[in-house]
Amino acid sequence: MTDISHTRSPSMARNQSPTVKLVLRVVLYILLGLFALFYLMPLFVMITTSLKSLDEIRTGDLISLPREVTLDAWKTAWATACTGIQCEGVRPFFWNSVLIAIPAVMISTLVGALNGYVVAQWRFKGANIFFALMLFGCFIPFQVVLLPMARVLGIMGIAGTIPGLIFVHVIYGLGFTTLFFRNYYVSIPDELTKAAKVDGAGFFRIFWSIFLPLSLPIIVVTVIWQFTQIWNDFLFGVSFSQAGTQPVTVALNNIVNSTTGVKEYNVDMAAAIIAALPTLLVYVVAGKYFIRGLTAGSVKG
Amino acid sequence: MAPILEVKNLFKNYGATEVLKDINVSIEEGDFLVLVGPSGCGKSTLLNCIAGLEPISGGELFIGGQNMTNVSPKDRDIAMVFQSYALYPTMTVAKNITFGMKVRGIDQATQDAKLKQVAAQLQIEPLLHRKPGQLSGGQRQRVAMGRALVRDPKLFLFDEPLSNLDAKLRVEMRTEIKALHQNLGASMVYVTHDQIEAMTLATKIVVMKGGIIQQIGSPAEIYNRPANLFVADFMGSPAMNLIPAKTRRDNGGTVIEIARKEGDPIVLTDPKNADLPEDVILGVRPEDIADPASRTRDDAQVAECVIDIVEPAGADTYVVMQLGGKHVTARLHAETTAKAGVAQPLAFDLGKVSYFAPETGQRLN
Repeated sequence: MTDISHTRSPSMARNQSPTVKLVLRVVLYILLGLFALFYLMPLFVMITTSLKSLDEIRTGDLISLPREVTLDAWKTAWATACTGIQCEGVRPFFWNSVLIAIPAVMISTLVGALNGYVVAQWRFKGANIFFALMLFGCFIPFQVVLLPMARVLGIMGIAGTIPGLIFVHVIYGLGFTTLFFRNYYVSIPDELTKAAKVDGAGFFRIFWSIFLPLSLPIIVVTVIWQFTQIWNDFLFGVSFSQAGTQPVTVALNNIVNSTTGVKEYNVDMAAAIIAALPTLLVYVVAGKYFIRGLTAGSVKG
Repeated sequence: MAPILEVKNLFKNYGATEVLKDINVSIEEGDFLVLVGPSGCGKSTLLNCIAGLEPISGGELFIGGQNMTNVSPKDRDIAMVFQSYALYPTMTVAKNITFGMKVRGIDQATQDAKLKQVAAQLQIEPLLHRKPGQLSGGQRQRVAMGRALVRDPKLFLFDEPLSNLDAKLRVEMRTEIKALHQNLGASMVYVTHDQIEAMTLATKIVVMKGGIIQQIGSPAEIYNRPANLFVADFMGSPAMNLIPAKTRRDNGGTVIEIARKEGDPIVLTDPKNADLPEDVILGVRPEDIADPASRTRDDAQVAECVIDIVEPAGADTYVVMQLGGKHVTARLHAETTAKAGVAQPLAFDLGKVSYFAPETGQRLN
């Protein structure tokens, strides 16, 4: 895409007067602005609603700014909102999600890196079939694995526990993480591995001293991808957890769906934003690495 | 003393494809063995087999008298320089060079001393704290050499180390590698597709094609007495002229007739009176067809040929004509008066001539 625009723009510039160019520029920015507004609208509604009091929501307009900014809804959502019979807000579930996501992301990234390294650089007999099967694993719908996974977790004795959820997410994420690392490592010349072998380094030494230090861009991509997937997961969370081990997504659902009587939209919105905040943060902090990592690949020796 | 490297009946298959067939080579300590051949001839595979980076399918391999057939690369006491240099991108030059020693648990003082010595030898001291990405091609090449030198191995392996450099740098590094070999007296195995590199560097050349060794010999042997048409054509630039000719016995001598485009065939006599079949392919180096005035040997035989193309090359002028239905190149003086389309007397020196059988391509004399 960028290539096309690059090759075209000089020729177009030659045929246009400065005025026409300026007008086109303005039209472009107006269009872009409209799109940005359109996409930001839901977030805007969520934030403003979460800052309004319930009275104001009932009487006011959906898209109007809050007359009186109040953080009560946020406090309620965080600490006292009811998820079914329990009324502790999303806080305990938020920490559940953290306890699930961080180990699961780390393990699946590390094992994916090892897998990718083996498949790309230590081509064993059947490596291609192995990789094809891993890839196939990426495209199995969540619902299909629910029952067998429940059985496996039961046999392993970790059903309904946080380690159980970590296990599920690691298994389900491995296909993707392996794919990412394999595609990254396959572009690294195999002479690098050969040189290290002649230098006397073994399998893990080469991985640790040569491949991992090269992998920062793809590690960032994988971490963002896995973190988003695991943090946002609902189906596994609702299927394989029990009271006390539910992740924040499940708690959010319970807050929204288990309230009786008046719907507290401001609390729902605040809880939703709290639940979405970590992934948002990860994108803001590491987003540029994400783009860079997706396009990077070749390593100049 | 046992040869430093001995390859016995080595075979290498990838599935059903045979890439190396019955390879037998050995070199003595201090030899510079060059494996040369067109791409896909198996020379790099053979080098990888020697390094232990590719398992072999049959045969045996000895380094320094020890059977290394099933020994892993790190225990073969070898060092290798790769075509892409294969420097570790995230390590500094110094760390690249000492990585092997670090892995082997050699103490820091020894590492530093050896690093210093090698850096001085290759004049890369100012580069030691840079990353490979900040180096030019020639500098990377030096670092790759340094990584090999620091190991002080029994055998150095080079896999087309100069092919990524520009022409000028390549000639410089070639000379440097040769000097290095002379100074160290080390044993080296060097893979290249460049026959000039092979000629200039080697003490022993192995010419390969299609996974089979075509000829093993010193550069002079390979150049002057190629074992078959492939070697004759591959080694030397411009290539050896391979001219179809007829021979007959006449008055106890061997007479060779080469068809010209116009007029009677050229008739030459073989100075060594070789006993030849009727149809042969005559192998004559371009420098053995010269100006009659500059002939160095008395037995050069002069014949007139119509020149098709004149190619001045600075020090020499190459002329191309058609003999026996083939393009034939002769190497003349830079000041030659030869003109395209005009007949020119040329002196054929058959003192080093090769004869090949047209059917088998094998050498006859």
